[in-house]
Amino acid sequence: MALIECKNVHAGYGGMNILNGVNMAIESSEIGVIVGPNGAGKSTTLKAIFGLLTVSEGSIELRGDDISNLAPDKLVHKGMGFVPQEHNVFVSMTVEENLEMGAFIRRDDFSYMLERVYSFFPDLKDKRRQPAGELSGGQRQMVAMGRALMVEPSLLLLDEPTAGLSPLYMNEIFERVIAINESGVGVLMVEQNAKQALRIAHKGFVLAAGKNRFTDTGQNLLNDPEVAKSFLGG
Amino acid sequence: MNEFIFFFNSVIISGAVIGSIYAIGAIGVTLVFGILRFAHFAHADMMTLGAFLVLILTALFPAVGPAIGLPTAFVMMPVAMVATAFIAVGIDKMFYKKLRENNVKPVVMVMASVGVTLMLQGLIRFFAGTGTQSLYIDDRKAIFRIDLPFESASRNLVITEPQILLFVFLAFAVVSLHLFLNKSRLGKAMRAMSDNPDLAKVSGINTNTVVGVTWIIAGALACAAGTLLSLDVTLKPDLSFMILLPIFAAAIVGGVGHPYGALAGGFVVGMTETLAVFNWTFVLRPLEKAIPALDLPNTLAFVPTEYKITIPFFILLAILIWRPTGLFKGKII
Ligand SMILES: Nc1ncnc2c1ncn2[C@@H]1O[C@H](COP(=O)(O)OP(=O)(O)OP(=O)(O)O)[C@@H](O)[C@H]1O
Ligand SMILES: [Mg+2]
Repeated sequence: MALIECKNVHAGYGGMNILNGVNMAIESSEIGVIVGPNGAGKSTTLKAIFGLLTVSEGSIELRGDDISNLAPDKLVHKGMGFVPQEHNVFVSMTVEENLEMGAFIRRDDFSYMLERVYSFFPDLKDKRRQPAGELSGGQRQMVAMGRALMVEPSLLLLDEPTAGLSPLYMNEIFERVIAINESGVGVLMVEQNAKQALRIAHKGFVLAAGKNRFTDTGQNLLNDPEVAKSFLGG
Repeated sequence: MNEFIFFFNSVIISGAVIGSIYAIGAIGVTLVFGILRFAHFAHADMMTLGAFLVLILTALFPAVGPAIGLPTAFVMMPVAMVATAFIAVGIDKMFYKKLRENNVKPVVMVMASVGVTLMLQGLIRFFAGTGTQSLYIDDRKAIFRIDLPFESASRNLVITEPQILLFVFLAFAVVSLHLFLNKSRLGKAMRAMSDNPDLAKVSGINTNTVVGVTWIIAGALACAAGTLLSLDVTLKPDLSFMILLPIFAAAIVGGVGHPYGALAGGFVVGMTETLAVFNWTFVLRPLEKAIPALDLPNTLAFVPTEYKITIPFFILLAILIWRPTGLFKGKII
């Protein structure tokens, strides 16, 4: 059974549909990457999965359970984490407070998880008492991912985790994503750096105008001349 | 020397007293704004309501205070704070929650709070009448006159018991709030929600709980501010009209959404107001002896007392023109 599966999802903002039948499925052991032009509905797809938009048609299933239109805090309880594309840290709060907010639903002692996140992102350890608003773009991205990891989710949704980062930082983030996935977390990620992202993807989804255009393994999409021509910049 | 003591009594102490009241009110307004993003106009009437609950409790159990050695009203205040907190949560459930769930514009929330203001005023008048009441029923206001160890000082420093209780309560409330916001799980969630409500939701923070806690704190503080003000002066059903503009001015001066800003803003507005209506003639009298040509009028103040209410208005205008985000950068707790 798939970890997460979108079946013919239609969703939008205030009545106007942006998604017109999105289908995707990934297993726990997989990284899924969504690529596509600006405005294709990539972020909208993640928001629909995370209960931030109303799904008007189709369904979203987590391990076979229908979770469409469940509120975000319910989904966190079900083991899902989401890192939005923008405004993904609490700027006025320290790095450590950001991580604590990620663990809000936990009533047990989660200090071991703080340590694990710091060992994952060593840059953050020195900055733990600094407001997240004072960090660089890449460090913020790490705080945002760390925050989502605090509940030890089984599925992590990432919206453009490498946006605006230098190639060096980008590779570092991708390495982290692989490590997170290898620790048993399914990852569904939207990426603009399509070639690099598809290289680490088990499954790839090319979205255009709110629909799947291509769905295949990452490798096959990279090798498909049509995909390369229209979506990967030749 | 006597002139200085007079100045201290009538400006520093009075300013700090009214400043503390404004601060406690403004902290509530600013917290509600930080979480719910609208100006809660009914706040001043929650203050009056809280004070009337204290009045009722004091009338029911007038002997409690003398037994402990504190004003009965002050002893009853914590009970009324709990009650007002519950009422605030109830008002939210009945009036604001549905609007919030329909994602209405902030101005609609503001209008709803004006409606709640009128309703509360009606209720208070219905049960307590329109007259002026004293929170001292079976006890009397203690006044302390402190002798100063100076040869030339024949006047005393004057401070009343409710004023001391007010300062003690303010210090206690500010320290508690600080610890709550920075150390507790729910307090941090409150800061998170005021910083970024969408991300708070995505993190699994139960935003309804945070909203509830906000109303509990705002309601309890409103009750305390109303009671302490009525202990210092008297209790009137239209108290809120005199207090609404200054507490909003204080919240905005401090930077909306910023509790320490509201604290500072309360003192700025309170002190300025008191200084503006201060009669300088008494302080300047000795000069008249030294310079015979000087002929002081009977009252010499920047602003006549009757126009005191215009001061917060001007402070508000000035801050909005020169520093719209307030003294502290506003919008987040
Ligand atoms: N909050 C919103 N309200 C209304 N329409 C929106 C909103 N957010 C996005 N849209 C619209 O939905 C469409 C898809 O947007 P979406 O953010 O999903 O694109 P995207 O694929 O993530 O693009 P990008 O690569 O630029 O991030 C766009 O046409 C956009 O105008
Ligand atoms: Mg996007």
